[in-house]
Amino acid sequence: MQGARTDIAERAIGIIDQLKGKEGPLLPILHELQDEFGYVPEEALPLIAQALNISRAEVHGVFTFYHDYRDHPAGRHVLKLCRAEACQSMGAEALANTARQLLGVDWHDTTADGAVTLEPVYCLGLCACAPSAMLDGEVIGRLDIEKLEEIAAEVRL
Amino acid sequence: MSLIEEIDYGTPASTSEKMITLTIDGNEVTVPEGTSIMRASMEAGIKVPKLCASDMVDAFGSCRLCLVEIEGRNGTPASCTTPAMEGLVVRTQTQRLKDIRKGVMELYISDHPLDCLTCAANGDCELQDMAGAVGLRDVRYGYEGDNHVFAKAGAVANDRWLPKDESNPYFTYDPSKCIVCSLCVRACEEVQGTYALTIEGRGFSSRVSSGAAHDNFIDSECVSCGACVQACPTATLTEKSVIEIGQPEHSKVTTCAYCGVGCSFKAEMRGEELVRMVPWKDGKANRGHSCVKGRFAYGYSTHKDRILNPMIREKISDPWREVSWDEAYKYVANEFRRIQYQYGRNSIGGITSSRCTNEETYLVQKLVRAGFGNNNVDTCARVCHSPTGYGLKQTFGTSAGTQDFDSVEHTDVVMIIGANPTDGHPVFASRLKKRLRKGAKLIIVDPRRIDLVRTPHVEASYHLPLRPGTNVAVVTSMAHVIVTEGLFDEKFIRERCDWDEFQDWAAFVSSPEHSPEAIEQISGVSPQMLREAARLFATGGNGSIYYGLGVTEHSQGSTTVMAIANLAMATGNIGREGVGVNPLRGQNNVQGSCDMGSFPHELPGYRHISDESTRDIFDKLWGVKLQDEPGLRIPNMLDAAVDGSFKGIYIQGEDILQSDPDTKHVAAGLAAMECVVVHDLFLNETANYAHVFLPGSTFLEKDGTFTNAERRINRVRKVMSPKNGYADWEVTQNLATTMGLNWNYTHPSQIMDEIAQTTPSFAGVTYDLLDREGSVQWPCNDKAPLGTPIMHIESFARGKGKFIRTEYVATDERTGPRFPLLLTTGRILSQYNVGAQTRRTDNVIWHEEDRLEIHPHDAEQRGIRDGDWVKVTSRSGETTLRALITDRVSTGVVYTTFHHPTTQANVITTDFSDWATNCPEYKVTAVQVGASNGPSDWQVRYDEQARRSRRIAPVLDAAE
Repeated sequence: MQGARTDIAERAIGIIDQLKGKEGPLLPILHELQDEFGYVPEEALPLIAQALNISRAEVHGVFTFYHDYRDHPAGRHVLKLCRAEACQSMGAEALANTARQLLGVDWHDTTADGAVTLEPVYCLGLCACAPSAMLDGEVIGRLDIEKLEEIAAEVRL
Repeated sequence: MSLIEEIDYGTPASTSEKMITLTIDGNEVTVPEGTSIMRASMEAGIKVPKLCASDMVDAFGSCRLCLVEIEGRNGTPASCTTPAMEGLVVRTQTQRLKDIRKGVMELYISDHPLDCLTCAANGDCELQDMAGAVGLRDVRYGYEGDNHVFAKAGAVANDRWLPKDESNPYFTYDPSKCIVCSLCVRACEEVQGTYALTIEGRGFSSRVSSGAAHDNFIDSECVSCGACVQACPTATLTEKSVIEIGQPEHSKVTTCAYCGVGCSFKAEMRGEELVRMVPWKDGKANRGHSCVKGRFAYGYSTHKDRILNPMIREKISDPWREVSWDEAYKYVANEFRRIQYQYGRNSIGGITSSRCTNEETYLVQKLVRAGFGNNNVDTCARVCHSPTGYGLKQTFGTSAGTQDFDSVEHTDVVMIIGANPTDGHPVFASRLKKRLRKGAKLIIVDPRRIDLVRTPHVEASYHLPLRPGTNVAVVTSMAHVIVTEGLFDEKFIRERCDWDEFQDWAAFVSSPEHSPEAIEQISGVSPQMLREAARLFATGGNGSIYYGLGVTEHSQGSTTVMAIANLAMATGNIGREGVGVNPLRGQNNVQGSCDMGSFPHELPGYRHISDESTRDIFDKLWGVKLQDEPGLRIPNMLDAAVDGSFKGIYIQGEDILQSDPDTKHVAAGLAAMECVVVHDLFLNETANYAHVFLPGSTFLEKDGTFTNAERRINRVRKVMSPKNGYADWEVTQNLATTMGLNWNYTHPSQIMDEIAQTTPSFAGVTYDLLDREGSVQWPCNDKAPLGTPIMHIESFARGKGKFIRTEYVATDERTGPRFPLLLTTGRILSQYNVGAQTRRTDNVIWHEEDRLEIHPHDAEQRGIRDGDWVKVTSRSGETTLRALITDRVSTGVVYTTFHHPTTQANVITTDFSDWATNCPEYKVTAVQVGASNGPSDWQVRYDEQARRSRRIAPVLDAAE
C-alpha cells in the first residue's frame, strides 16, 4: 500500500509523466528534477524506475555515473574549478588550494552559511584561457587570485 | 571421476548459416558468420586470455585482455567484439600483445588483494588463471596508493573500501575483490532478466551495486538465481558453501528435483559432500541457467528433520517405534495381505509420486497392479495437470505439451493463461523474458497482476484480469473474435484438421452469446481488450500458449485445455518452432509419473486398461492377469475409506493431507484406514495418519530419470549414498519381494529397459542413449531414434486435429452474501509446493509465512489493515493467516500461497472438481474474510494432533 504521497513525490511524478514519452527519457528526467529541486531527491529514483519500467538499480547506475547530478542540495552558488592537465600546467592546483582556504571548504563541500559549493571539474574546454572556472554556469577564463577573491566575496553577498 | 569442465567460448554462438573461413595463429578455422574472433579461436582450441567475456552474455569489450592483431588492420582490437570475417589472418600471441596484456594485468592486480592462498576461489579463479597465462611476475605500482583492497590506509579509514555483503543466505559479495568486469551485471540482465545489479559511479570509483543507494543484496530486486555468482571471474561473488567447504573435486550431471522445467545441473562434490549445484550449459531445458531453488535450496537433503530409520505403530495415537527395514516390510506385507483377505482385493491401493523417478513410479504402479492385484493407483498429477492429459489427448492425441523450451526463442506472440512463470517456472520465465525483450508480444490471462504483466523491460500488451473460474468463457470468446473476424488459418485447418468438425465448432463459437461483449458480464474482461488480444494472437506471427494450474484446477479444467487446443489449431499454431500448446508442469516428474501409468485407468504410455492387447503385454511379462476395469482415483479411495471398504494405502513421496482439497475429508479418509504406509523424506502432514513410515531418499541419492514439461527424459545421477540406506526404488522392490513378487532389479536402467520394452513411446530409450545424448524427448522409438522435440509436425498424433465445442458452465462454487469473495491460489519463487523441502532451507528468509492478498477496497470495507490476522471462511472450513493489502488482485478476489502447513489453505477449498478428471477446483473458492484474533480452532487442534503424532519413542538400550 502506498501511503499519502509527499510533496516531493507529487512534483517528481509530474515531471516524470511529462517527460517519460521522450526517446531516451531518463537523462532529461534527471535534469528536470535537478532543475526543479536543485538536486535529485532519492525518493524520486524508484518513481522513475516504475514509470520507465526499468529497475531501481539501473536508475541508480545512471544517476551515479554523472557527477553533475546531485543527491543533496548545493549552496546558493556553485563554483567549479578546472583541475585538468592544461589548467594544472597554468597553476590551477595552487589556485584551488587558495580557493579552499578562502571558502573554508574542501571539494564537493558547501560553506556553512550555504553560500557556495566547491566542485572540481575536469576540463571546461577553455584550455586556451587556462586556468578556468565556472560560476553558476558562467565560464571564467584566466582565473587568478584577485578574481578568486572577488568571487569569494561576491558569493557571500 | 573428475570435475566436469565446460568450455567457455567467450561469446554466444552465431545462428547464421553462412560459413566463413579465417586463419588464427596459422590454423584455418571455419565458423558461422557473426561469430566473434574470440569464439572462433576457442573453437579451434586457441584460448585468448579474457576476463569480462562469457558465452552466456553478449560481448562487452571492457577487460582489454583479449586483444589480437589482424593483418592489414591497425591497432589491437578486442577479439570478443570483433566479428570473424572471411580471409582474416589473426594472431593472438605476439610480443606486442603479450606486453599489453601483462601491463593490463599488472593494473588489475595492483588493486586486488594478494590473498590467493586463503581465498575461497583459490583453484577456481579466472583472475588467477590470467595472471598465470600472461606470465605476471611483478606489480610495479605497489599497494600504497588509492585502492579498494584495504580497510585502512595506515591508521586512517579507507573510504573506498567496502565491507563484505553477507545478507544473501547463499552467497557473499566482497567488493574488495571486484575487478568491475560487469559480468555479474550483464548476467543479471541478459540471462536472468531481473536487472537487479548495476555499476555505480564511474572511473576508479565504479563498483558493483545491488539495487539503489542503500540496498544490500537481500533488500535489492535480486531473486538469488545465482547467475551472477556463476559469472564472477573472481571471489567477489562466491557461494557460502564454497567458502565453508572448499573447492569441489568431482562432479556429475543430474537433474533438479523441483519444478517441471527440469534444469540440468552439475552436482559438484567433495567426496560425498555436495559443495554446490551449478547449472549445466548443455542442459537443453535450462541452457546453463538456474533459479534460487535448484541452485541453492538443496539443504533439505541433509536436514535434521529427515527420518532415516523405518518406523511403525499400531495406532496413530501411539508414538512411533523405530524398527529394522525387514520388520517394516514384513509388517506392511502382513497388514496388506490381512486387509485384502478381510475386506477384499480392492481394499488397498497406492499413490505414486511426481517427485520420484520414472523408474520408481513405474515400480509403484507395478506393485499395485501386479502385487495388489487391482488398479487402485493414482498420482498427485490428479490434483494438478490431469485435465492437460485428458484435453490434449482428445484434441491432439497426446497427453503432453507440443514443444521444447528452445521453441520460445522463435515465438512472436506468447499467451500465458493461469500461470506465473517468474515464480513457478523461473528458468523458463528468464528464457521467455529474453525473447520478449527482443520484441515478442505478450498476452496474459490471469485474475492477478503477475510480475510478467509489467517488470523491468517487459510489459504485456494485454492483461485480461478475468474473474476466477471463467477461463472457458474468455478463451472461447477469443475464438469467437478469430472466427467471426475471419482471422483463422483456413489452409492449416483444411490440411490438418477435420473441416466439418471445424465448421461445427466455428458455428458454436460464432454465436452471439460467446462474443466478448456478452461474456463481459461473466468474466469482467473489457470486450475491447479481449478483441484486441485475440487479433494480436491470430495475426502476430508465431503464436504460442503457455498455461499452468490456473487453467487445470477448475471444474472446467479439461474444457479450458480443449479451448486452448482449439485456439492453437484455428490459428495454425501447431507443429513447428515458436508455436504450440505448452503446459507448465508443476513438479519435476509430473509428466513422467503420468507417462508411467500412474492413473487407475491407464497403463504406461497412456493406454487404457480396458485395452486387451496392452494388458496382454504386461500379463505375459509380469506373469499375472491384470484387472480390466479402472481402479479408484485418490478422492474415490478416500470416499471408500470413509465408507469402510478401503483400508490400506502405500503413499510414495506425496503429502496428500496438505496438497489435496478439503483437508478434513482427507484426514477422515486416512483416519479410517487400518494401514497407511508413508514413504517420504520427512514426517509430513500425511504421516500424522500413518502406521508405517518408510524413509525416502533424495534425488541426490539415486539413479533414475525425470521427465520434464517438454517430455524431456533427463538423467538423475546418484552423487551420494542414501542416508536412509536405500533408494526409493529399492524400498519398493523390497516391499514387493516381501509380498511374494519375484523382482530382482539391480539398477534403475533395468527398469527403464522394461519400460522401453512395454511402452511404444519409450521404445528407443536406454540409459546408454541418455548418457550419449544428454537427454531425449519422447516419443523416442524407431521413427524418432533421438526423440521428438516438436510434436504434430506433419500430422497430429491422432491423425486429424479435433475441434471440440467448449460450452462454459459456471462452477457450482459461487459467491453470495455469505461468501462474497473468490479465493484463488498460487505459488512464490522461493518456496515450492507444500514447502516440505524449501521450508527446510534458508529460502524461508524470503517467505516465512503465507499471506492473504486482498484489494484495498475489500480490506477497507472489512476494517482490515496490512499485516492483520484475518479469518478466511468457506463452505468447507476456515483458516487464519495474515493479510497483505495490494492492488495486484482485483476487488472481489483474494489470493494466497499454500507453502506452509499451518496455513491450511486446503481446509477451505471445496471438493468440487474437474468434470472429466476429478482434478480439484483449487483456483476458485467462495470465501468471506474477516478480522481474527489468531489461529482457528481447527488449526489449534491440528497442531496438537500433528505434534502428538510425530513423537518417536526413545530406543531402549538392550542392556537396560
